[in-house]
Amino acid sequence: MTSLLLRRLLEAVLVFFGVTLVIYVMVYTLPGDPVSALAGDRPLTPSVVAALREQHHLDEPVLAQYGHYLAGLFHGDLGADFSGVPVAEQMADRWPVTVRLALTAWGVEAVVGIALGVLAALRRGTWTDRAVLAFTTAAVSVPVFVLGYTAQVLLGVRLGWFPVAGDSAGWPSAYVLPALVVAVFGLASVSRLVRAEVIDNLSADYVRTAAAKGLSRRRTLLVHVLRNSLLPAVTYLAVDLGLLLGGTVIVEGVFNLPGVGQLLFQAVQAHTGPTVVGVATALILVFLAVSVLVDLLNSLLDPRIRRD
Amino acid sequence: MTEPMRATSSGGAASPTAVPAGGPAADERKGSPGGVPAVPFADRSVWRLLRRSTVFLVSGGATVVLLVMAVWPGLFAGWFGHGDPRSCDLDHSAQGPAAGHPFGFDTQGCDLYANVVHGAGTSMGVGLLATGCSLALALLLGCLSGMAGRVVDSVIARLTDVFLGFPFLLGAIVVLSSVTTRDIPTVAGVLALFGWPPMTRVVRASVRSAREADHVLMARSMGAGTGWVVRRHVLPHILTPVLVLASITVGSVVVAEAGLTFLGVGMQAPAISWGLQLATAQNSFEAHPHLLLFPGLFLSVTVFALIAFGDSVRDALNPRTR
Amino acid sequence: MADGESGSTREVGHDPQPHGGVRVPVLEVEDLSVELLRPGGTPHLAVERVSFTLYESETLALIGESGSGKSLTAMAVLGLLPGNVRASGSARYRGTDLLTLSEAGLRALRGKHLATVFQDSLSALNPTLTVGFQIAEVLRVHRGLSRRAARSAAVDLLDRVRIPDPARRYGDHPHQFSGGMRQRAMIAMAVALGPDVLIADEPTTALDVTVQAQIMELLAELREEHRSALLLITHDLGLAAGTADRVALMYAGRIVEQAPAVPLYERPAHPYTRGLLNAVPSLDAPVGGLVPVPGAPPAPGAFPGGCVFHPRCPSARDRCATQRPELEAGADGRTTACHYPLDPLDPPGPQRPSVPKNPHGPQEAPRA
Repeated sequence: MTSLLLRRLLEAVLVFFGVTLVIYVMVYTLPGDPVSALAGDRPLTPSVVAALREQHHLDEPVLAQYGHYLAGLFHGDLGADFSGVPVAEQMADRWPVTVRLALTAWGVEAVVGIALGVLAALRRGTWTDRAVLAFTTAAVSVPVFVLGYTAQVLLGVRLGWFPVAGDSAGWPSAYVLPALVVAVFGLASVSRLVRAEVIDNLSADYVRTAAAKGLSRRRTLLVHVLRNSLLPAVTYLAVDLGLLLGGTVIVEGVFNLPGVGQLLFQAVQAHTGPTVVGVATALILVFLAVSVLVDLLNSLLDPRIRRD
Repeated sequence: MTEPMRATSSGGAASPTAVPAGGPAADERKGSPGGVPAVPFADRSVWRLLRRSTVFLVSGGATVVLLVMAVWPGLFAGWFGHGDPRSCDLDHSAQGPAAGHPFGFDTQGCDLYANVVHGAGTSMGVGLLATGCSLALALLLGCLSGMAGRVVDSVIARLTDVFLGFPFLLGAIVVLSSVTTRDIPTVAGVLALFGWPPMTRVVRASVRSAREADHVLMARSMGAGTGWVVRRHVLPHILTPVLVLASITVGSVVVAEAGLTFLGVGMQAPAISWGLQLATAQNSFEAHPHLLLFPGLFLSVTVFALIAFGDSVRDALNPRTR
Repeated sequence: MADGESGSTREVGHDPQPHGGVRVPVLEVEDLSVELLRPGGTPHLAVERVSFTLYESETLALIGESGSGKSLTAMAVLGLLPGNVRASGSARYRGTDLLTLSEAGLRALRGKHLATVFQDSLSALNPTLTVGFQIAEVLRVHRGLSRRAARSAAVDLLDRVRIPDPARRYGDHPHQFSGGMRQRAMIAMAVALGPDVLIADEPTTALDVTVQAQIMELLAELREEHRSALLLITHDLGLAAGTADRVALMYAGRIVEQAPAVPLYERPAHPYTRGLLNAVPSLDAPVGGLVPVPGAPPAPGAFPGGCVFHPRCPSARDRCATQRPELEAGADGRTTACHYPLDPLDPPGPQRPSVPKNPHGPQEAPRA
């Protein structure tokens, strides 16, 4: 048991070094001058260039550069923008917005996704089932920014049901529409997973055993079938929490929610390279951390994985 | 007498033999066949099933039309008499649909219909190129990983883990924001960089299950070499699950390209792309919804067709759902 | 409840009653047919007009090859057929027809009065719930026991089926049990409420031979203790020989011969029975003495006309291909569906040794 946990942790550490190395190599060591690439079209004064080169240790050997970069990461240093404001500082008071949005979306995804999946499975082959299937396929096909703007124009501007943008209305009303948009993709996946699993489990031998024991259909469904069917969905949901934290970039941009994602959105549009790299790295690391936690929890919870 | 059937558990491909057509086993419990299908494409019953599937016909037809549109946009663009996407007139900026301009004009006053038609090329180009590169990489690494020894396998597995550690979009943002010129090959290359790991896993699992199949063990025991086994047994076996995954991957690459371009780290201005059309119009959607509607619709329909196509093939091949 | 006479006239003159007194039927199956419905096609008949009676605290073995319809018969009695299968006829549990009973009515009987032991207990047990929970569940649902009371009762049951360290094993998941232990747990679940009728569907097929013997012993012991009747579904003649009071042989969806165990094994009247017995290895038979039944059993939908066995029957004549034989009463309380039954009083064929010794361990040969 402990050895399993240790192995997982070791793998996670390897992945961490791998991911940071890939980011570093991609951003700072590809052919071409990283400083001008990060600056985009912006004209830089020689003094700023010198400061940036100094800041990123660009005149040292590559491995040493990566060492400095890693050391910085461990101190929470994600670099600074062109005016010298540390990226970590810019993100600090934006986290609550992003976390709130991600958690709301996550809740929607879990509740609606599971409900739709179970419904479709129980009504297998009927029009309800086909409608759920059509909806989920369509939902996966519409890119999130198209969906976001459509929802904003239709439900926000035309119908006036939700605030159009910004977070001045506070939780929940300012978050419902963005959360729905963020959740749609994962919701579709969750409902498909749950549907397939429930259908599979309904024909499993242990369901017949439950019936032979005299259990009601309701109890069989709630205690036996759902428990087994939800495991993959729960795993998916857990991993998705990490993705949602990163997937809020476009939606926060579209709905103008002042979260970390919006910072990234604005930095990309303003071609502020260092901020883009810093924020994206932070989000990737959050995703990694959540995945590792989920993986550990999963191996603790699923009795079938737990055996050594 | 009653041999409990065990499906291969790894979530990879199922048993190597085609599933018998029917013959209800009355007395015996049916073992649950698991995993991704492995019915060869040549299986007639699969084609018969596909020919009767509306989803397959519609999505397949749409995919073909989109491919034609991507390669020869001129065939479609000129239908209403204004086929040149670059002949623009600022006087018409963002005007709605009019005679000869069924989709209206974009903010530059160019014919939106011609632009939307020409956008298919970029989307399909990036989608196919990125998927092709991922696929090539996945086949190479997956076969290596599946056929070679433990060391190679675990090195490739760790490498896969690292690239799976990136959320698709964020990884691409980081890399693309430090690239100065971004055209179809660059964007496709970066998307391929983050797109190969899931496919590699599927290939590896399929290779493993193919390799351990009885008929392959038999071939080996009769002296077949690794190259022969890969060509004659492993590749045909993994073809279907990989192609299904690839068709769905094209869909998600198209979405990713549009999203990145929309953000400003994808395709750049002189190119014609649905993502760019949406990005340049993003502040006018409230006043001119047609600027959102038409590129958005084409984009969504393309993705829908690709995903539904992959889904319907998978369903037809999956003995559990047919 | 003492309507002894509905137990069908065919049963007159059966073997000596081990418990003495009037035999009370608990389960009377009459003209049970099961059809497999096929979308857009004619239904396949998988079980055809099967009748048998199970008396209180006796063991009846239903024997047949794969596809003979034995499991479908049992599932039809329990109302556990899948959606694409339809049953007709009647199956009365103490006078109540189970085939027409409501789902709620069935539910009240299942697990409590009619309990089942399934074949492959790895898939028959829920993989994500503990074994203990699944046993306790029966007690909680039918007796309304509290979680705690059900738990201690379940631990007692695990102990009763000789699972070592039951209090600790209560919290194990099915995959942590060995095959034999899982089957014991399955039996514990079935006997938890002292059922009237125990249906065991191939209870030992997936197990090693030595474990098989232990399981059958345990099953017999608990059946005795709760005075349950046992309907044993199996393809294993040897297994049935060691356990059953009476044996019904199924072939291609029909019962072809039914008789008390001893006469059936010693003097089979149906050519199929004799063929099967010749194909069973036995300790006192020479190694070369096995004679397989030629051909293969038909699949549902392809059952032959006339006598279902005629294409494989060594003594078939013209009539067998056209006219279906009905079950007819013979000596020793047997019924046989054959136009030309073997003379039961004839000595068995030269290659046929007498009663097969049960090859499975410590049990005795069928009582003489």
